[in-house]
Amino acid sequence: MAVSLSLNGKDLSLDVPDDMPLLWAIRGVVGLTGTKFGCGMAQCGACTVHVDGQPIRSCITPVSAVSGQKVTTIEGLQGKAAQAVQAAWVRLEVPQCGYCQSGQIMSATALLTQNAKPNDADINAAMNGNICRCATYQRIRAAIHTAAKSLQG
Amino acid sequence: MLGRIDTSSTASRRGFLAGAAAGGAALVVAFHWRPAKAQMLTADGALAPNAFVRIGKDNSVTVFAKHLEMGQGAHTGLATVLAEELDADWASVKVVAAPADGKVYGNIDWGGTVQGTGGSSSIHNSWMQLRKAGAAARAMLVAAAAKSWNVPVGQVKVERSVVSLRSGKHATFGELVELAAKEVPPTDPPLKDPTIFRLIGKQTPRLDMQAKSTGTAVFAIDQRIPDALVAVVQRPPLFGAKVASFDAAKARQVPGVVDVVQVPAGVAVVAANTWAAIKGREALAVTWDDSAAEKRDSAALMASYRELAAKPGTVAKTAGDAAAAIMRSARTIEADFEFPYLAHAPMEPLTCVVRLSADSCEIWAGDQFQTIDQINAAKAAGLPPDRVVINTLFAGGSFGRRANAASDYIVEGVTIAKAAGKPIRLVWTREDDIRGGRYRPMYFHRLRAGLDAQGNIVGWQHRIVGQSIVAGTPFEGGLVKNGVDATSVEGASTLPYGIPNLHVDLHTTQVGVPVLWWRSVGSTHTAYSTEVFMDELAHAANKDPVALRRGLLARHPRHLAVLNLAAEKAGWGKPLAKGKGRGIAVHESFHSYVAQVAEVTVDDKGKVTVDRVVCAVDCGIAVNPDVVRAQMEGGIGFGLSSIFAEAITLKGGAVEQSNFHDYTPLRIEQMPRVEVHILPSTQPPTGVGEPGVPPIGPAVANAIFAATGKRIRTLPLVSQGVQVS
Repeated sequence: MAVSLSLNGKDLSLDVPDDMPLLWAIRGVVGLTGTKFGCGMAQCGACTVHVDGQPIRSCITPVSAVSGQKVTTIEGLQGKAAQAVQAAWVRLEVPQCGYCQSGQIMSATALLTQNAKPNDADINAAMNGNICRCATYQRIRAAIHTAAKSLQG
Repeated sequence: MLGRIDTSSTASRRGFLAGAAAGGAALVVAFHWRPAKAQMLTADGALAPNAFVRIGKDNSVTVFAKHLEMGQGAHTGLATVLAEELDADWASVKVVAAPADGKVYGNIDWGGTVQGTGGSSSIHNSWMQLRKAGAAARAMLVAAAAKSWNVPVGQVKVERSVVSLRSGKHATFGELVELAAKEVPPTDPPLKDPTIFRLIGKQTPRLDMQAKSTGTAVFAIDQRIPDALVAVVQRPPLFGAKVASFDAAKARQVPGVVDVVQVPAGVAVVAANTWAAIKGREALAVTWDDSAAEKRDSAALMASYRELAAKPGTVAKTAGDAAAAIMRSARTIEADFEFPYLAHAPMEPLTCVVRLSADSCEIWAGDQFQTIDQINAAKAAGLPPDRVVINTLFAGGSFGRRANAASDYIVEGVTIAKAAGKPIRLVWTREDDIRGGRYRPMYFHRLRAGLDAQGNIVGWQHRIVGQSIVAGTPFEGGLVKNGVDATSVEGASTLPYGIPNLHVDLHTTQVGVPVLWWRSVGSTHTAYSTEVFMDELAHAANKDPVALRRGLLARHPRHLAVLNLAAEKAGWGKPLAKGKGRGIAVHESFHSYVAQVAEVTVDDKGKVTVDRVVCAVDCGIAVNPDVVRAQMEGGIGFGLSSIFAEAITLKGGAVEQSNFHDYTPLRIEQMPRVEVHILPSTQPPTGVGEPGVPPIGPAVANAIFAATGKRIRTLPLVSQGVQVS
């Protein structure tokens, strides 16, 4: 059955099973591979995308659940907060293997969009669902603070 | 990831090569990286002075990285070393993965014929090779400019990809490419004095940050080729079980499923997309033959290891007479340690893309063992190795998992592509990864030491029980000596402390659970047991743990220097509030020396928080200090993750964990503040990918003891009822 949604600003109709997770539709059907598969059970956050601006785990979200909604992936990420986050990620050399970083950036951008000046506890709460096996957490934290400062500046 | 392969003696080198040959490696010992003159210009007109660099007419400098980039920063480091001697403009430097070719891209630390990444050896083995490669290219550009300007080469200088004279006359690399191609590359070009390095030791920006911050970096799971289908495999529930029979009727009815094929690894479902393949696999009915399977519980295995530890093992190291010294000592201290199986769990699960034809095989993977994988893939495909092309992509982490001599996931990919008659992308799910074996082995350690009346350590016995990582692999010849797998005892047999009577022995166990090197290999457990035991001895002798170590490291100045630096920067000895504790550990692995001081808080409910870690590292010349810092930070987080809560346990031989809800990596709120201090050095660079890992476990355990008086000798902490924040 076809599901209609907006992906990165484009209206799409996807002819996929209703229960197919959004992750596999984005990666396998649409062909955008910036969103990653890490666990398939909302434990690691590698698959994080925005639905109407909110970060969600696309690996457990059926495509049918986002029918008619606006989905944004790392490829379609735009705006001041996103730019600040990505610039801080590059400047502080956050990534190591890089595989989880799309998800980290999606979560961090959503955080800064909602909370312009997060403290460490806010960062823990917003980023707790994103595992980085390279343990780049110290730099993720620093980059979020850096991005927040640049947005205020 | 790899234990070091000692190639210092002819005998051991021959042993390694013989072992590799037995594993089917096609070995060509000759090492040459100078191309024939005809190849000096590539088809698109770039200067190709050797196998490691291309200089384009557009001034681009492309470095060929023989090592996998899996997060450790190897691509940037390798390019930095070459670009330094070339005097290239960093802004014009790119890195591409070299093709699989043991003749030119072999790992020199492993004998020079096997291409692979591990043992924190990328920069260490490439250091002189890439300096010479860069310097040779530079010399050709200089010679070309000197001839064209009719001046002696001594008057020509090079800066940021521009060749010039004092007069102001200048030419870019790109403008000199054609002339330089007529020069003969020198075999022994002059190298820079390290005091004039402009890139090495500086904050050279990493080359992969933009791609990895925008979702554009391509991993194997992202690699798309025409007509490829996705495969997932139902593997046996027990290690050593095999398919008895299977019914694929329901699986074939799942929309999108194209084929179901049996392969040596199990039953593969091949589908139009990953979701269909996963659903198809769920619909499979497989009957297993588990007559040869491993069926023991991990708890029972550990009990058997403990029993074995009562008997002497195979001697790994002996000096003096430890047993007699301990018997005569004023006081004997004994401690047992238990370490669980650990999964690597890289964030990108194992994946490869395979395209087969009648006479060729092309593979895309985050490939860590290019020439070993090439040979195993060739066997599986029924082709000669030179018909197998390996495209090495970024790996989404590895921690050793992608470096296995059986090339398990690569061979799976090839056998499925062959059986299905289609190009395929093999995807392991997280459950496949956690339950798939090739773990850091489970180990039991028993340590005994004798103290004299003054509290001096007069004897030290260390017994280790566990599986061999390299037995049955091409690495056995080089790494197993006199029945001792060096990777089982490294860190214990190389104890740096000046103890007059030392004895280390090993029981190698036979268990049907596949095992593998896991970031820092033997040091993952030997650093823990030796450094926690040192702390026990310090307390037993009523000595300060730093002072005790200092007194025993007189012959190991590099250990001593990092110990002193970490202690000083951490404020060792300064009073801490109640409920807080400080612990220290120092350990060498892969020729790099690391000391760490951990500060913990244990609240009144017993919950442990690691607040701060001060790390001192001596890795020789720090090619890229920020990458060194990043690897120490990441190594500390990775090590902490394992000691907090990671364990693979077996019930009736079946793995009890399956995904990140029950195999739980470190999360952001658990990450301490980490400060890294790099010792200035003029020694050649050594690795940083692994050496940050070993000291953190014992440093934290010693800090918990300082705060609470509780000794943690069995890992992980949560298995001992210790809560972690």
